Amino acid sequence: MKTIEVKKPSGYATQIGPAHPALKEPVMFSLDIEGERIRKADFVPGMAHRGVEWMGMRRNCIQTMYLAERICGICGITHSISFSRAVEQIAQIQVPNRAHYIRSIVGELERIHSHLLWAGVAAHELGFDSAFYLAWRVRENVMDLLEYLTGNRVHYAIIQIGGVRRDIVPDQFPRIEESMKFFEGAYAKLAAVFLDDTTVQMRCRDCGVLTTDEARELCPVGPTARASGIKKDVRVDHPYAAYGDVEIEYQTPDLLTGEVRGDVYDRIVTRLLEVKQSIGIVRQLLAMLPDGPLLAIPKPAVLLAKLKGVAGEAVGRHEAPRGEVMHYVRLEAGKDEPAAWKVKASSYSNYMAWIPMMEGEQIADIPIIAASIDPCISCTDRVALVRPDVRQIVTKEELHRLSVEKTRRIQAGLAK
Amino acid sequence: MNATSLLLTVAGTLGMAVFGLFAGLWFTGLDRVLAARMQARIGPPVRQPFIDLAKLLVKQNVVPANAIPWLFNGAPLLALASAITILLYIPMAALPGLPVLDLHGDLVLIMYLLLVPGLAMVAGGLSSGSPYATIGAQREMVTMIAYELPLASTVIAFAWKLAQTDVDHPFSLATLAATPLWTLVGPIGFMGLLLLLATMILVVPGELGRIPFDAPEAETEIAGGLLVEYSGRNFALFSLSLAVKTIVVTSLIVALFFPWNLTDFVAISCCPYLATAANAAFFLFKLFVVLFFSVTLVRISVARFRITQVVDVYWKVLGALSLIGLALVMVDAQIR
Repeated sequence: MKTIEVKKPSGYATQIGPAHPALKEPVMFSLDIEGERIRKADFVPGMAHRGVEWMGMRRNCIQTMYLAERICGICGITHSISFSRAVEQIAQIQVPNRAHYIRSIVGELERIHSHLLWAGVAAHELGFDSAFYLAWRVRENVMDLLEYLTGNRVHYAIIQIGGVRRDIVPDQFPRIEESMKFFEGAYAKLAAVFLDDTTVQMRCRDCGVLTTDEARELCPVGPTARASGIKKDVRVDHPYAAYGDVEIEYQTPDLLTGEVRGDVYDRIVTRLLEVKQSIGIVRQLLAMLPDGPLLAIPKPAVLLAKLKGVAGEAVGRHEAPRGEVMHYVRLEAGKDEPAAWKVKASSYSNYMAWIPMMEGEQIADIPIIAASIDPCISCTDRVALVRPDVRQIVTKEELHRLSVEKTRRIQAGLAK
Repeated sequence: MNATSLLLTVAGTLGMAVFGLFAGLWFTGLDRVLAARMQARIGPPVRQPFIDLAKLLVKQNVVPANAIPWLFNGAPLLALASAITILLYIPMAALPGLPVLDLHGDLVLIMYLLLVPGLAMVAGGLSSGSPYATIGAQREMVTMIAYELPLASTVIAFAWKLAQTDVDHPFSLATLAATPLWTLVGPIGFMGLLLLLATMILVVPGELGRIPFDAPEAETEIAGGLLVEYSGRNFALFSLSLAVKTIVVTSLIVALFFPWNLTDFVAISCCPYLATAANAAFFLFKLFVVLFFSVTLVRISVARFRITQVVDVYWKVLGALSLIGLALVMVDAQIR
């Protein structure tokens, strides 16, 4: 491996992170600064690698599904849906319609909670703590609703391979509708605080711009892409679960403001619009909720036996609150555990957008720009190079050589 | 100066220091509780700043390896001492023997002294050898330059108006306290004074480094900026100097704009001690009202400005406001 020398910059170099109050999770920004202005920005990920995939490949598929839920504390259902979808494709399990609907309902409630959590964090980064407390207080309502429906506030454990584990019965509908009404009111309040406030506009308008062209080149996903005017949403482009049955549109900021600027403000607008959209989707889904069983294969032992017999590979996708999440799974006959499991979290696609957003902005804008893509760092980190002697950056060629070596090792192992 | 007056001055200084520290910490606690209630939180107990102080005093006092120790340790002392010094010049309630150094200073001296705690923080930040503190120190200097224009315009307006009225010491604070300016001006001058009051209300958060003008400390950006390397006793001294400065700045506004005593409105003739106590309580109430509108209410309702926006707001918006206020006071004097 070759060590890349860092050239001495002509301004001054400083770094934000890996541990810094602006960052909720560890990542490092190395910055070349002139006065208060950022001339060059770069980031160093890989500080929160947890080896989740390694653990998953040592458990059976049902256990791995629950482990997948724990990849992220905010979008728990995202990973369990994606993993289940991949496994269901391999085993050709037909998920019942009612289960599809319930998956979508919980997915949308999770989107509401995630976007409100983000709004609070963003307000705190701006030093606007009143809005932070408001957003998180409002969020409690959806947390309570999720607990009421699934039994848990955070990791819902409602997904099972081939369906869902809990029903939503008509008795529960009034409570859901009550929350949806609450969020309609809350949307108006949050829009007034976040979109009409002069100081928020001063800080967020034309700050951290990602133009449509840059977005097209860097391929971000989710609200980060949509705020730059890229119409991209797994729920619309490749409908899954119950999303094919509902009215659903790309939420771009021009729906509200009439223009796309691709700045931090537009990313706030996009997320608020998506909260409103999710309310509508939950209502549509509840109105159409079909009858039927919840699970294709109700008995876990039978399910495990079936999964042990199948082989193949598949990709499962889900539009997480932060954008597309992708799980690649390969199963081999005769093995309980997945032979391969690769998780691509949404932030992985959004990281690169940080660089054009930060360059040319001020030090003061770093926290809000870093937060504006809603990064989920420990979900994303897949590799950590730990060498105490020297900090190394692996080049593309080096990475390629290493992966060829690994493949040869695996093939040699298979041949035995 | 004879021995008795020297003794009185020393006693007065000690008394003012104790008052400044206690009242400052207590008002800081009150500010935190009120802000919490307005954000629908319960908030800390009012005595929380005292608890924090007690905690800081027993904590380890870390001096970074690449700091300049004498400057790093000296800056908090200088900040606290200078903040207490200003307190000796500012007229408060009509209490006997106040201000302690009545005849020795004027408004111009106070304006210069007000810079010293800020400069001490800058020196401490720069000497701590941390890049975040360096950025914070640069921002603090810029902020000080920024709020000086509206502050100076206000002070000039007051001194100019008083100079017109043929008093002996127009810049003296005793004169200011004795002659409320509101009574000397007509309707146009009254509007001018209102503008100046609004300006001064918004200079306070800058002076005290509170949101939205807290760019020098900006917790989420530069992790506490100037104060990032301070801990233990040194940090306690800085928080004490901030508490005293809170009293100083609010007292200055009270002295300039609201110099009345309770006894001016209600005759308390039964006993002189009661009148004095009532005046003191009324003074604390005035401080609280000023603090509430200039710090608590402002900091919960806005987001933090970038440092460039701090300068824009102070020079373009508040600078213009204060100059218009000054002009109105002058116009008023011409047409009367």
